[in-house]
Amino acid sequence: MATVALETAHHSPVVDWASDFDHTDPVWVDNPFPIWDALRNSCPVAHSDRYGGTWLPTTHETVSQVAYDTENFTSWSVVVSNGRPPEDNRPIGGAPPITSDPPFHAVARRLLLPAFGPKVIAALEPQIRELCRKLLDELEGQEVVDAAADYAGHIPPDVIARMLGLPIEDGELFREFVHGTLENVAAPVEQRHEFFGRFDQYIGKQIQSHIDEPKDDLIGFLLNVEIMGSKLEPSHIGGTIILLLVAGIDTTWSAIGASIWHLANNPQDLERLRNEPELWDTAVEEFLRAYAPVTMARLVAQDHDFHGCPMKKDDWVLLPFPAANRDPLAFPDADKVILDRAENRHAAFGLGIHRCIGSNLARLELRVALQEWVARYPKFSVANPAAVRWAAGQVRGPRELPLTIG
Amino acid sequence: MGDDASMKVFVDAEKCQGHNRCFAIAPELFDVDDLGNAFVIGDGSVSAELEAKALLAVANCPERAITTVES
Repeated sequence: MATVALETAHHSPVVDWASDFDHTDPVWVDNPFPIWDALRNSCPVAHSDRYGGTWLPTTHETVSQVAYDTENFTSWSVVVSNGRPPEDNRPIGGAPPITSDPPFHAVARRLLLPAFGPKVIAALEPQIRELCRKLLDELEGQEVVDAAADYAGHIPPDVIARMLGLPIEDGELFREFVHGTLENVAAPVEQRHEFFGRFDQYIGKQIQSHIDEPKDDLIGFLLNVEIMGSKLEPSHIGGTIILLLVAGIDTTWSAIGASIWHLANNPQDLERLRNEPELWDTAVEEFLRAYAPVTMARLVAQDHDFHGCPMKKDDWVLLPFPAANRDPLAFPDADKVILDRAENRHAAFGLGIHRCIGSNLARLELRVALQEWVARYPKFSVANPAAVRWAAGQVRGPRELPLTIG
Repeated sequence: MGDDASMKVFVDAEKCQGHNRCFAIAPELFDVDDLGNAFVIGDGSVSAELEAKALLAVANCPERAITTVES
């Protein structure tokens, strides 16, 4: 199965992380944890001139404060890039409700919540289990299996495409959209405009096919639902589809891959999970804490001082929930993966009003994908550590993870 | 749950953001509405055998929305 073409290195290498960090730098992409650990001790809110000015809190306390403060920080754009979003799309933003602020945010979010509630999502378990088994059947007999490209990367696109009502066979295209949206963020502004033009065109075509032939799926729902007697703006519908598609795919793909990477490198944990299946519930939460894929972002809404940092309107703020999850002040033995960790208030799905709407679905996909993988492969190891490649940008997970089976 | 209960659980609806950890850990004590917001079942009384689960729910709420009191 093909992998997405790479294009992420647009910037010069980082020399000093406290004053010049870049989340697309190859050193960060390969292993950001030592960078965050060092900053937490020396410079808990770092600054970089890159992307037109970006801040980086690294403690649980400062990350939470930004997440909860919707007055001083806006969600108008949540992906750090070289440009700034167009002024004319407020309050909806490019991908509502993640790009929306109060009070519009709550209205847009309420529409989507019922479709992602825990009881609705639990019903998808048999379908997801069958998908995982089918993917594993297709890999039968291979001595080396790419757990990211050939397994993890195919689970969430199938699930979210069925929910939205998009063609299942467009999975490769979805992975390209994910790469263009979240990984190629250091690209020149014109290149990003061109990319989003193509993405919008595809979504527009899918919306039109739902208008021509109404269907009972999430796109059909978005076309019919009303806010205070009015149907949704076309930009709201398109933006929400883009959000559900991109956020539905990249994050869970990353979490599944990173968890399998952990088990490949820690056979004692694999052994424990195989012998003590009652550990799955806490283990899934621990993988989410230790390998939280998503670093969110905000824009500074107004000039203000934050822990002595002079934040200016329209500066970016990276919100590294994975760094908050590794803060030793919030989690004892924060750098250790403890499969039966009982107290675990991790922030993998964010904190505050923008809590990941797909968290129930992500947890289900992660648990089922890992259970099926472990049931099929009692032993596996990293074939060649140098061949493991992690996604660049705000969503971190392996994109290439060749494993030796047996 | 009844006369032997020495603990009660509460959900702060202002803090709850629908992570659903409490419902996953202790469905005997918590339920969620259509929007995924948690609420306690009944008056929140916790029987002795469910006390450990109640404390786990407290220890796993990312928003610190759940509290217990000894009654």
